[in-house]
Amino acid sequence: MTGVERIELWIGALLTLMVYSFLYRDNPFYKFAEHFFVGITAAYAMVLAFWNTLMPNCFGQIAPSLVGHVLPTAAENPANPVRWIPLLFGLLLLARLVAPLAYLSRWAMALVIGYAAGANFTRYLQSDFMGQVRSSMVPLLVRDAGGIAYGSSLSNLVLVAGLISALAYFFFSKEHTGMFGRASRFGIWTLMVAFGAAFGYTVMARVSLLIGRFQHLGRWLGDIF
Amino acid sequence: MSLLDRMKRIDRRILFLLMAAGVAIPLLFRPTLTVHPSPIVSRVFDKIESLPEGSKILMSFDYGPSTVPENQPMAEAIARHVLRRRLKLYMVSAWTTGQAQADLLIESVMRTDFTDRVYGEDWVHLGYKAGNQGMINAIFGAMRNLYTTDAAGTNVDAIPMMRDVQSLRDMDLIVDIASGFPGVKEWIQFAGDPGNIPVAGGVTAVEALLLYPYYPRQLLGLMGGLQGAAEYEAALVAKYPEYRDDSKALQIMGPQYVAHLLIVVFILIGNATYFAERRRQKRGRIAGGRS
Amino acid sequence: MKRQIPLIITFSVGALLVLAMFIPHDPFAAANDELSVWFDIIASFAFILGGGNLLRIHGDKIYRRRRDWPYSIVTLGGFLLMLGAGLWSGAVSRGNAMAPGSLFQALYVAAYAPMMSTMYSLLAFFVASASYRAFRAKTREATVLLLAAFVILVGRTPVGYHLTSWIPQPFEFLEIPNLFGWILAYPNTAGQRAIMIGIALGIISTSLRLILGIERSHLGGD
Repeated sequence: MTGVERIELWIGALLTLMVYSFLYRDNPFYKFAEHFFVGITAAYAMVLAFWNTLMPNCFGQIAPSLVGHVLPTAAENPANPVRWIPLLFGLLLLARLVAPLAYLSRWAMALVIGYAAGANFTRYLQSDFMGQVRSSMVPLLVRDAGGIAYGSSLSNLVLVAGLISALAYFFFSKEHTGMFGRASRFGIWTLMVAFGAAFGYTVMARVSLLIGRFQHLGRWLGDIF
Repeated sequence: MSLLDRMKRIDRRILFLLMAAGVAIPLLFRPTLTVHPSPIVSRVFDKIESLPEGSKILMSFDYGPSTVPENQPMAEAIARHVLRRRLKLYMVSAWTTGQAQADLLIESVMRTDFTDRVYGEDWVHLGYKAGNQGMINAIFGAMRNLYTTDAAGTNVDAIPMMRDVQSLRDMDLIVDIASGFPGVKEWIQFAGDPGNIPVAGGVTAVEALLLYPYYPRQLLGLMGGLQGAAEYEAALVAKYPEYRDDSKALQIMGPQYVAHLLIVVFILIGNATYFAERRRQKRGRIAGGRS
Repeated sequence: MKRQIPLIITFSVGALLVLAMFIPHDPFAAANDELSVWFDIIASFAFILGGGNLLRIHGDKIYRRRRDWPYSIVTLGGFLLMLGAGLWSGAVSRGNAMAPGSLFQALYVAAYAPMMSTMYSLLAFFVASASYRAFRAKTREATVLLLAAFVILVGRTPVGYHLTSWIPQPFEFLEIPNLFGWILAYPNTAGQRAIMIGIALGIISTSLRLILGIERSHLGGD
């Protein structure tokens, strides 16, 4: 282990212990780590967005020769004046920080929302609505070489009935009574099975993260002893 | 105070300590366990196994340090498999933290096990781009519109394996290693479905169940959580035994199982306490009614 | 004007993207590609806006000596340290701020990565506590939820296999590992799919309302 790696390991371990101290109760060590984390997270995202997107795709295309001093590849491409438009909208977004001009940020927001609405409209329609309806068109009576496959038939029935009844539960324009009420009741049960499975999987995920941190602390303890 | 009252009022910090011990102790002993690949994981393995040499695989790193124990082993297993089979690996990221995770993978896989594979000819690291689903939509139509350089600042036109790549449609498979938004869902919506490109996923356990409705028509296969990663490693080791010692997920399945059982015990004790308390209250009401 | 121009922008961009889906040829396809890059660039400015907001809020907190203001110094210190390291590292490595060995990368490995993963791993402890205190079979629905979680948790471990391995072959579908797979593939898929379709319908209708200018709440007041 090099000296730099050792310093990284020690800082990481101490910050880990500071965060874990919250399990005992809220304390200044935890608060320090929490506030430090917020600061470096905001800066991390800013730096990556600046060097990976703004410089090559915006500034580097508006003023290639100027940006070429720090990003040599930018100078290899011709200028693309169209990129002044997103730059202008980006600056309008920052107008939010200046109270008298804050209303101008709506223009940038309008473009972002228009883009998201247009893209999501078609993609959700294709993948999450039509795609899901299509995937649910399964045979309720499945046959195999030995005749009727009762297991597969029952499974498909559970899938289709569970889906329709769960959708019925989400339909609030009709009172949940009678046959519709019974269907919606079955829908709740289907959803409960899904939520139970989700709980089980959430446990798995969180435990995995804990194992990861303990491995890190283990390496640190190994360095001490 | 009765045992029931004591169980009811147990300090949460004792539960925390038990949980910590439940993970730490098995981690010390590292029990070896057998894991068998499930069909949903095998489909990803079989697809990569069946692709002809030189096929293009795009791997997106859409996760961060918070889910490394789950996501990094799957990413490493996929990268090993792809390079072992002499397929071409294109690495991108829609998460700010994804680029750093790809860098770590380069150190642990490319610079360790595949030093003979050439950067720019066998694998390339294109790095992070902002925009979430907008990033996917942008490279779906024209890769160079957004990726003018790789992560190190080299012009993409100077990278041999980028010469015949115009858009995502040129990829034979997209593997997204993800832990949230944007993730596998967005790759299906913005690349897989509109371009008819096979999409496979490796996601955290929390995310895995939400993706089952896409399987198998829109989603080729899925590695869900640490178990999914371990299953892929098991398939890889079965075919290529030289990677036995690199199976990070398989090595920590022991603590994972013990923690699961501990949670089950907590649920059982919690419910036993609840029912005992309810019976005591019922008895109390009956006794109160008689008096 | 303050409302009309944003409405026109939203309509034009949204309608263009919808058209590009149905007419995937130039000029619509090219417009779709270029707009996607614009979106990515504006998204990058959003990160800068976030940083600016952080500076403003914590700067104000320090200036007015509000409660816990010394911690705001820590936040701003971390922010400026990471920002300075990132800008410097990128400038000296052809724009690759995360270049191996750079100060920015070292801060990522030493501070950012451990804290981020520890914050999330805290949830393992709270899940354990919730399992003990709150996960109760109080109603029939809660019992179904609990049973499903039980099968999933036990089904993933070797114990699940050993508990039910005695079940005779015609009834092997009742073995916990098989039940586990069945729950995921059928009832879980049905439930998740219903939620997915519901969300999709909500997003489709909201998107349409936004494009047509019926939904204007995002524009705020005057």
